[in-house]
Amino acid sequence: MNKKSLKLIYNNSLVGPSIFFALLFCIPLVGSNYTLAILTMIGFYALVCIGLTMLTGYAGQISLGHAAFYGIGAYTSAYMTATLGLSPWLAILVGAFISALVALLIGIPTFKLKGYYLALATLGFGIIVYTAFKELTSITGGSNGFFGIPAIQLFGFEFVTDQSFFYLIWLFVFIALIFSRNIIHSRIGRGLRSIEGSEIAADAVGVNLMKYKLQIFVISAIFTSISGSLLAHYVSFINPTLFTANTSIYLLIMVIIGGVNNIWGAIVGSATYVLLGELLKHFVPVFFPNIGGEFEIVFFGLLLVLTLIYMPNGLVPQFMKIAGKFQKKERPAPIAFTIDTQATGGEVND
Amino acid sequence: MTNKELILSVENLTKVFGGVIAVDNVSFTINKGEIFAVIGPNGAGKTTLFNMITGVLPSSSGNVYFQGKRLTRKKPYQIAQAGVTRTFQNLEVFDNMTVIENVMTGAHITMKTNILTAGLRLPTVVKEEVYTMEKALQCLKDVGIAEFAYEMADKLPYGSQRLLEIARAAISNPQLILLDEPMAGLNAEESRQLVEVILKMRAKGMTFLFVEHDMETVMSISDRLVVVDNGVKIGEGTPEEIYKNPKVVAAYLGDDEAEEGVVYA
Repeated sequence: MNKKSLKLIYNNSLVGPSIFFALLFCIPLVGSNYTLAILTMIGFYALVCIGLTMLTGYAGQISLGHAAFYGIGAYTSAYMTATLGLSPWLAILVGAFISALVALLIGIPTFKLKGYYLALATLGFGIIVYTAFKELTSITGGSNGFFGIPAIQLFGFEFVTDQSFFYLIWLFVFIALIFSRNIIHSRIGRGLRSIEGSEIAADAVGVNLMKYKLQIFVISAIFTSISGSLLAHYVSFINPTLFTANTSIYLLIMVIIGGVNNIWGAIVGSATYVLLGELLKHFVPVFFPNIGGEFEIVFFGLLLVLTLIYMPNGLVPQFMKIAGKFQKKERPAPIAFTIDTQATGGEVND
Repeated sequence: MTNKELILSVENLTKVFGGVIAVDNVSFTINKGEIFAVIGPNGAGKTTLFNMITGVLPSSSGNVYFQGKRLTRKKPYQIAQAGVTRTFQNLEVFDNMTVIENVMTGAHITMKTNILTAGLRLPTVVKEEVYTMEKALQCLKDVGIAEFAYEMADKLPYGSQRLLEIARAAISNPQLILLDEPMAGLNAEESRQLVEVILKMRAKGMTFLFVEHDMETVMSISDRLVVVDNGVKIGEGTPEEIYKNPKVVAAYLGDDEAEEGVVYA
């Protein structure tokens, strides 16, 4: 038995993701700047949603405060680069470290309790962090926002154009996707999924439930923080309203619409959210000229409810169903162990 | 058993639910390589006893020692790490995984991969995965359900799911496997298969403690057993001794069944 036999259990192939990303990376050759800006925005959300999908789908926990980690990353980067003049890469690392530390501080007490206490704890935490962004005016610039965040650089190259940033963010998404998939297809992933399969049996085979929930929460906080850091460099101006509880809820909606049982759901969900959001922005004012800005939350709230009723596993299984109609699914042939297992029968009770 | 090596000792274990004493001062010891059974009528406290040993329920007083280490007040996952695994009366397979993944999850405590090495998929991780997969296939082969390895676990027939639980409990090379009513819900053929698996594993040195209803199985495969009634231990010994114990006969077997039972023994 060798490496290849693992394929019977897990699809660890890099072919699928490589094709997807190769096609995606061709888009700048044909797409307009508008298209690239949209795709870059999807990339920011996708990076957050990959971590959040693992947390929701595999660790079975709901977070209503990921906007806070998004903000911690963004403001850490902003402060360290614009105010202190330090390297943006160092700032990304520091932001990720702070987010990880904060996730530990929230996670340790809440994961001792069963149930959805994380949702409550993160909701409260998100509001506290939002208030801090607004009130710590000497560091964050308060409600006026933080201006003049420098572009991110690598070996003298400045990521200023939409095109260069598109590649940068999606490279991060690619790495996060493979990293997360590797976790899911391993001892850790089995441990996490076993909790959903049967918590009592997971306990009995020695899976330390709290430890893995906590680790996934920390990883998702790190991904979110990195995404926030990159966002700060991309838009060069941030203000607290980007990181409200509403943002946390939108992130959760993306994850659920995409589907929490598959890591690709993160990309599908964030793409759906951004594209629908753009459509709404264009068409709703055409039909309802006097409408206020809050129609989005109503629309996406409704979409969430409909998703949960009609496709609780999100869009990805629907895509796979459609794809399955076009290709015959390959199933591993049953292995030839049956013959010798029968050989010892019949000597005991007779 | 010529070479008696103590593996588990239950000392004065007691559980009080409100005013009800569910298990009252029960003690017994199990030696390495034994098949040891706990029997008793419905509501005798067998399951409570079992749950205290596996850490699902905290005991009111008394202790459980496993190879000299105290298990009392340990969490279930720590008990697994100490080398005691179990199966469940009402099947608890991981129904969101394939059969082989179920068994590989059983090897959780023997593996070293952590979240970082897993994410980076270092060569050591791949090596460990391959090794565990091989071992899982061997365990499935040992219980005779290797042909279902890549099926979803919840698609298996009931009896095979129980065998799967045994494979899952065995892959981590535990010192002791606890079986909670392993024969419950099985037909005659499935029971026969299960008994065969248990005896085969015992021949390789595994120790079993099981709680069971099915008298025929208990008497045919266990080396020693204790009988509990109303939470109190009323008898202990080999199956033959149990049949001759007047207390046990009165409380549990009844006169007719006792005579029938002698034939089996």
